[in-house]
Amino acid sequence: MSVQTMSLSGRKKEVSNKKMTFWESLYLVAIVKGLFITIGHLFTRKVTVKYPEEVRTRAGIWRGQHMLKRDEQGRENCTACGLCALSCPAEAITMTAAERKPDEKHLYREEKYASVYEINMLRCIFCGLCEEACPKDAIYLTESKVLVPASYDREDFIFGKDKLVMPLEMAMANAKNRQN
Amino acid sequence: MKVTIDGQSIDVEPGTTILQAARMIGGESVPPAMCYYSKLKGSGGKCRCCLVEVSKGSEADPRPMPKLMASCVTGVMDGMEVNSISSERVTDARKSVTEFLLINHPLDCPVCDQAGECDLQNLSFKHGKSQTRYIEEKRTFEPEDIGPNIQLHMNRCILCYRCVMVADQLTDGRVHGVLDRGDHSNISTCISKAIDNEFSGNMIDVCPVGALTDKTFRFKSRVWFNKPYNAHRNCDKCCGKTTVWMFGNEIQRVTGRKDVYHEVEEFICNECRFDHKDVNDWVIEGPRKFEKDSVINANNYTRNIAPVVIETEEKILLGREEDRKKISMASRPLRPEETEIFKEGNV
Repeated sequence: MSVQTMSLSGRKKEVSNKKMTFWESLYLVAIVKGLFITIGHLFTRKVTVKYPEEVRTRAGIWRGQHMLKRDEQGRENCTACGLCALSCPAEAITMTAAERKPDEKHLYREEKYASVYEINMLRCIFCGLCEEACPKDAIYLTESKVLVPASYDREDFIFGKDKLVMPLEMAMANAKNRQN
Repeated sequence: MKVTIDGQSIDVEPGTTILQAARMIGGESVPPAMCYYSKLKGSGGKCRCCLVEVSKGSEADPRPMPKLMASCVTGVMDGMEVNSISSERVTDARKSVTEFLLINHPLDCPVCDQAGECDLQNLSFKHGKSQTRYIEEKRTFEPEDIGPNIQLHMNRCILCYRCVMVADQLTDGRVHGVLDRGDHSNISTCISKAIDNEFSGNMIDVCPVGALTDKTFRFKSRVWFNKPYNAHRNCDKCCGKTTVWMFGNEIQRVTGRKDVYHEVEEFICNECRFDHKDVNDWVIEGPRKFEKDSVINANNYTRNIAPVVIETEEKILLGREEDRKKISMASRPLRPEETEIFKEGNV
């Protein structure tokens, strides 16, 4: 079979130069046919969603804004070991470590913690390598389930611990779920 | 004397140990050493990491040695044949030794300041298992303060005795040592004294694990975020030749210059190590090079990076004025001269 006669889609039509009849040259039938196709589409399933009001369900492994996790007792997991910053291909993560004081044992899990933890969301490419590198299960991109919001100012894209650390209510809810 | 290690022969002086001969050859067959330190007399023979198989005792007595030998304390004989990394018995033994060393080790590398230049980390990376079989509770000690400069983490200690030997051979009047016996043995000062000898800081450099770390560097940075430079200064107490670990223009830590086996080339005094953290105190010689696979090379700047010239309109690479602000790390503001550099944009 030659390429000329083959039809991969099964809808191949031979084009001809034959003269149209009177009815065909009025295009009435063709217009009605076309209208039926348009009307038919009104009753088929929609492929789009009304985005801001309606959000598509995301896959479980979908990566959004980072979250610094707390454990069941509400203490921060992060020890500022720097492996996320080391693995980050975009060099988006910076941190400063500090030593935990004796009266802060309920806040931080280990004797060292991150006093400053910043992710530059302008740089972040959401590859998830920080999550993979973390030895303390502290940083996750799959937990927050939120997109990094748009903004007009560059300063707003430096996410500090105020935006990244898991809210206490969420940690409490997690602890409750684990007990049940 | 001719000795063959992993099929490679070398002529050495009588009295050389197998480990020293292996280091002369270099490469893969050098046994790892946690307690042996070539600059300290009497070190070695404790950790059993450097076990090798002697398949031929000597030319005169060619019988193989029945047990694996600690290469750091076994002298070579003429015609000796040694299998190091090529022997399965040896790699098996090293795996077991690593497992034993890690039994009571807290494995808190994310917290530890030694991580990245730790001998035990390297050893377990190369020879260890990724799982533990130890189900008992790990042995722990109460934290103890041993002075203003040195931080002791007894839980991480593997009892190599290197710091004790440094105190014996470098300083006069040792105030710390290994107390108690067996499972309870621990490094401590004799009834809570502070270690304040002028050369005591070398304990930090010789410590193969993170048991003795620099208090002035505690939790400041991870070693791979620092840029190490060779530097020297005129010091009347020591040679003054050091490695300074910088973060930006700030000296965060000063250590001795360590060679490929992580042994310092020359011991330095406490004044150089702890008191001079100003860049003006030092003459920077140039970047310090490390082994190819070291994590310290993570931000490698030792190779020559030629600037990329983009032919475009003048000042287009400068970007907008508002984009040239420092927006990260508000707690670390730029100094005036740094602001000047920053203003030049991303060129």
